Amino acid sequence: MNNNSSNSLLSYSLKIFLFLILIFTTKISLGAGEKISYPQLNWSFSGILGTFDRASQQRGLQVYKEVCSGCHGMRLLAYRNLKSIGYNDDEIKAFAAENSVNTINDDGEIVERAARPSDKFVSPYPNDKAARAANGGAYPPDLSLIVKARPDGANYLHALLTGYVDAPAEKKVPDGMYYNKYYSGNLIGMPQPLYDDGVEYADGTKATPDQMAKDVTAFLAWASEPEMEERKQLGITVILFLLVLTTLSYFAMKQIWAPVKNR
Amino acid sequence: MSKSKFKNPVIKWIDHRLPVFSFMDHELNHYPTPKNLNYFWNFGSLAGFALVTMIISGIVLSMNYTAHVDYAFDSVERIMRDVNHGWLIRYIHMNGASFFFIVVYIHIFRGLYYGSYKAPRELLWILGVLILLLMMATAFMGYVLPWGQMSFWGATVITNLFSAIPFVGESIVTWLWGGFSVDNSTLNRFFSLHFVLPFVIVGVVILHLVALHRFGSNNPIGIDVKGTQDTLPFHPYYTIKDLFGLGIFLTFFSSAVFFFPNFMGHPDNYIEANPMVTPAHIVPEWYFLPFYAILRAVPDKLGGVLFMFGAIAVLFVIPWLDRSPIRSSQFRPIFKFFFWILFLDCILLGYLGAMPAEGIYVILSRIATAYYFFHFLVLFPLLPYIEKTKPLPISIAEPIFSGSATASAFAVREKK
Repeated sequence: MNNNSSNSLLSYSLKIFLFLILIFTTKISLGAGEKISYPQLNWSFSGILGTFDRASQQRGLQVYKEVCSGCHGMRLLAYRNLKSIGYNDDEIKAFAAENSVNTINDDGEIVERAARPSDKFVSPYPNDKAARAANGGAYPPDLSLIVKARPDGANYLHALLTGYVDAPAEKKVPDGMYYNKYYSGNLIGMPQPLYDDGVEYADGTKATPDQMAKDVTAFLAWASEPEMEERKQLGITVILFLLVLTTLSYFAMKQIWAPVKNR
Repeated sequence: MSKSKFKNPVIKWIDHRLPVFSFMDHELNHYPTPKNLNYFWNFGSLAGFALVTMIISGIVLSMNYTAHVDYAFDSVERIMRDVNHGWLIRYIHMNGASFFFIVVYIHIFRGLYYGSYKAPRELLWILGVLILLLMMATAFMGYVLPWGQMSFWGATVITNLFSAIPFVGESIVTWLWGGFSVDNSTLNRFFSLHFVLPFVIVGVVILHLVALHRFGSNNPIGIDVKGTQDTLPFHPYYTIKDLFGLGIFLTFFSSAVFFFPNFMGHPDNYIEANPMVTPAHIVPEWYFLPFYAILRAVPDKLGGVLFMFGAIAVLFVIPWLDRSPIRSSQFRPIFKFFFWILFLDCILLGYLGAMPAEGIYVILSRIATAYYFFHFLVLFPLLPYIEKTKPLPISIAEPIFSGSATASAFAVREKK
């Protein structure tokens, strides 16, 4: 019997190892189609203890508002959500009121009113077709989930935003398309969005394209996973609890089994 | 009932009329269990735990989910963003599916390694394979519900498989869809079925447990229990061991839920379904990859479908394919060797299922598929004729080992 348990422990660890390989290889393979590799940045929100950088997020919101929101919507985000990146109620109210939404008044007429904190971010176009028509047929995707919706999303986004370079001589770039070294196929419908001092940061941070790309990525990463900080925090508590529970049950098990094992 | 074992008069009164307490006492408390079970026997109860977790989290999710092509994606995001701890419930359900499959696959490989499918446990095994099949159907339909790109295109690819059936294939596909493409009626029926199938699984699990308790668990040395000296009451010995195993399982599971919730998912499923845009690679969830590889390994569509379903179907009949009277691999050196080959073969198939169907991957898929069927259809029936098995111990309580050097070294070390 002792022989059995030692043997099985051995194959048990082997099995765990092999299953980890399975999961690992599966993960690698998901990105198998992509041959482009992006610079791997050190994000404040990566890792199991990572949190968002409030200042960077707020700068990112500014970049989104002044640069991206001309074409890209964020339909899953509500203005009230901005509270969790450090804005107060009045700021959010003012921020929302810069936009207007359609509503139906008591006389049944469609009228415009200022957006409220409870409204979702107002999209730049009334519908997908209008969005396409205004962008030469290319659809500017909604950004609410963009970081979660791309493999290695944060690094990809940062790379894409800073990946505009001159096209190699042999590459023909058609009208209305732009060359980006990180975009799949290299031809992208989005013109280069970020230039030096494209926005003026209130906190004095120099607005280089790299800085703006980092900031807007931090903002969009939060928009994709607004629960992330709460999730990781709760996770630490849960894991600590489970480690104690598991340890206690291990020793309880040893004690209960002792008479059987030592016979 | 000469002397009731219950002191509490209410319980005594009820039990006399409705012997549920006697039943529980018999099946969960005194239930004699082989004393030599190793940790692989934890995975049955873990699978049960995973099933209950999936049902509870699923019911809560369904309270906030809208099964409509225009609202499904957004309703899931509403759960993630606005429902109190909705993200937790959804990530538990999402990762719970993966962990359910991990646990069940280990449970199945354990059964294969220790010959748990052999007489008199054939029906126990068959019910288990049935559970696997139901799980796969449930998981597949559940993956469609968030209505992301992989949901939609996965559903399209898999339902289209039925069009390979001669003559009636196209009609069957239209019937499955409830229309002429994967659309709102498809989503609605998938939601209905995804809700009800888990309860069917519960029913089959109960039968699985009835069949299990008829002869009790198999054990690592695979010989029958000879008497009470070979067994222990389930409680407290295996309740505490299962609790410890559950602690380990929950630690892994929680790590995934809280720190890597999207690790086993596909980013494309965070893009809303769009029938006009096909993703570059349509990949099923990881737990289907080995079967997906088998499907694609066969150059003919109908053939691929038949082989894929055959890969499950063959599991139903292995109690009769394996003619050896010896259950445990511990006494079957060749069987044991090939067991690990099969295990690696399944891992390889899983890897190949995630790769594009081109070049070397296709060739490897064919070899791996061929081995999978060779293992069950040729090796299983043939091995007993050529294999020289090791001597079996007399009983679980007095094991007489074949006595290899390492084995006794282990035994000595453990006694210290």
